[in-house]
Amino acid sequence: MMKSTLKRVMPQIIILALVLAANFLVFRGFFHVEFQHGRLFGNLIDVLNRGAPTALLATGMTLVIATRGIDLSVGAVMAIAGAVAASAVVGGAHWTLAVLLALAAGAACGLWNGVLVAIFRIQPIVATLVLMVAGRGIGQLLTEGAILTFNDPGLIRLGAGTIAAVPTPIWIWIAVACVVGLVIRRSALGLLIEAVGINQTSSRLAGINARVLLIAVYLVSGLCAALAGVIVAADIKGADANNAGLWMELDAILAVVIGGNSLLGGRFSITASLLGALIIQGVNSLILLSGMPVEFNLVIKALIIIAILVIQSPRVRHSLYLLRASTGPVLRERPKPAPRTPQEEGQS
Amino acid sequence: MSQSTKLPLYITLATFVLAFVLCAAQYPAMASTRVVANLLTDNAFLGITAVGMTFVILSGGIDLSVGSVIAFTGVFLAVILRDTSIHPLVAFALVLLITTGFGAAMGGIIHYLEMPPFIVTLAGMFLMRGLAYVLSTESVPITHEFYDWLQSLYWKAPGGGRFRLTGALMLLTYVAAMIVLHRTRFGQNVYAIGGSAQTAQLMGVPRARTTIGIYAVSGGLAGLAGIVYTLYTSAGYSLATVGVELDAIAAVVIGGTLLSGGSGFVAGTFFGILIMGLIQTYIVFDGTLSSWWTKIVIGGLLFAFIMLQKGLGWATTARIRLLTASDARS
Repeated sequence: MMKSTLKRVMPQIIILALVLAANFLVFRGFFHVEFQHGRLFGNLIDVLNRGAPTALLATGMTLVIATRGIDLSVGAVMAIAGAVAASAVVGGAHWTLAVLLALAAGAACGLWNGVLVAIFRIQPIVATLVLMVAGRGIGQLLTEGAILTFNDPGLIRLGAGTIAAVPTPIWIWIAVACVVGLVIRRSALGLLIEAVGINQTSSRLAGINARVLLIAVYLVSGLCAALAGVIVAADIKGADANNAGLWMELDAILAVVIGGNSLLGGRFSITASLLGALIIQGVNSLILLSGMPVEFNLVIKALIIIAILVIQSPRVRHSLYLLRASTGPVLRERPKPAPRTPQEEGQS
Repeated sequence: MSQSTKLPLYITLATFVLAFVLCAAQYPAMASTRVVANLLTDNAFLGITAVGMTFVILSGGIDLSVGSVIAFTGVFLAVILRDTSIHPLVAFALVLLITTGFGAAMGGIIHYLEMPPFIVTLAGMFLMRGLAYVLSTESVPITHEFYDWLQSLYWKAPGGGRFRLTGALMLLTYVAAMIVLHRTRFGQNVYAIGGSAQTAQLMGVPRARTTIGIYAVSGGLAGLAGIVYTLYTSAGYSLATVGVELDAIAAVVIGGTLLSGGSGFVAGTFFGILIMGLIQTYIVFDGTLSSWWTKIVIGGLLFAFIMLQKGLGWATTARIRLLTASDARS
């Protein structure tokens, strides 16, 4: 079991190692971690810390994508959750209550998406688009268009504080990923989610309650997004409904795709998605450290996605498979490929 | 059957007329040619983008790159007009060539690598926005006498409304798109692929050519929208038009086009754009409502029209089931 997981995430680990090595090449102190003022400092810690929102979103997004869905609203949900938490704290509530309220808002958003997808059978892109468009408006409504700043030490600790010398966001995303991962993989839930993603009709015929599963998956995504929103708000000590989580949905989807999860649903790996989130953050850090203009960030990201797309493409995979199958020793381990048509002959 | 495909279009039209009448009843000044002319001018670039988006959505795809393409076009034009002495018309042709080629390339990747349009155009969105940043991170003003001349072209209607060149260009795009979609083989192929890609292929629709063509049209129209946008703002800015792709998709959906593809009309998109423009105008007229209400109302409208489409879909299948059941009995 352990070995197969390792084999699954090997490409991501290699890419991450390469990205980190590149970071080291442009900045020799990259792996240097020091202990100062009761907390750990260093670029490596920074990558883990700054990657927290993407990692959280990627956890929920992986499950949604595994059911052949997509959740475009996570960025807007982050804005809403941040606004809810900030206005609760400003209104005099205790920070734990504020976080709970933010989570409740995230859960409500997730429920809304889930009901649209599962009960009304609206395509996920469209169903979550509604909240993506309207959500930021709702967030601005809550903060009345201003950046709502707060000074509650409890809430700020979630974004900028430390627990046992390690920044809190790192603890949060690792804890959430562990909880979700354990619940999914130690029970049959993961298998059921994969079944729904591969073929919803046949999984329903096999007795799986696809509707409840779908709603639950969007609910988890909403909760993860709410947590990410609280962290981002706590980090800047304010809720900026206009910019909080802007384009984060794309980073989250990118993390899942880099993690090698198919957008067409089915088998998934949360670990791989988390590695994907760290790779994105590693690339961001590489661009900053190398002194390249920040403008290149998007171009590089785009080139990475295109490269991954080409590698993942069914057509390219098929050609690679044929190539490998025709070169000998592997042939014995694999089932014989179908008779090749002249057309495929030309490709390989 | 034709009744149920045209019904969303009629509902959109009715919504627009009703909304306009209600607005005009509250603020009589809204029924002036000035407001109508501004409605066309202010939404010209969005309208042109939405035409391309209609093609893509009719074929069952999606194009997330259009907002970035508009920004890239703006920055490209601004930089090229600042640094070289080529005539704007040549620059227009050049940029249209680039954006059309870019769209065609995305279409090619989508078709030949069998990747979901969503993720391919997402990469395209990053790429174009990034290229715009690379060209210039600052807003570059455009000063050229040809631009001044283009901007000075307008027809002054009785009542003081100024119908500008860009509004006319948008209307022209819609007319051209209607002719292409309903009177050419390419248009029929777009509908066929959107209805069912597999069936279309079995019927001999050239899928590769059509898919590439669809995304080329979307890219090219986004480029045209970018040109219109520079005429509107007289500048190129790499951070401009963020999120326009969502507005365009929303306009197409509000216009009654099915997001699953195969059914819809460009005319619906036109009224979708006008409805969205009307909401903004109303908020300006009202003065007490804040700008974020635009987003919430558009989100609500989007939801209402999606549910409407679903309801119509259910009604149609229920009727077919009823018909087949009664056939079986007789």
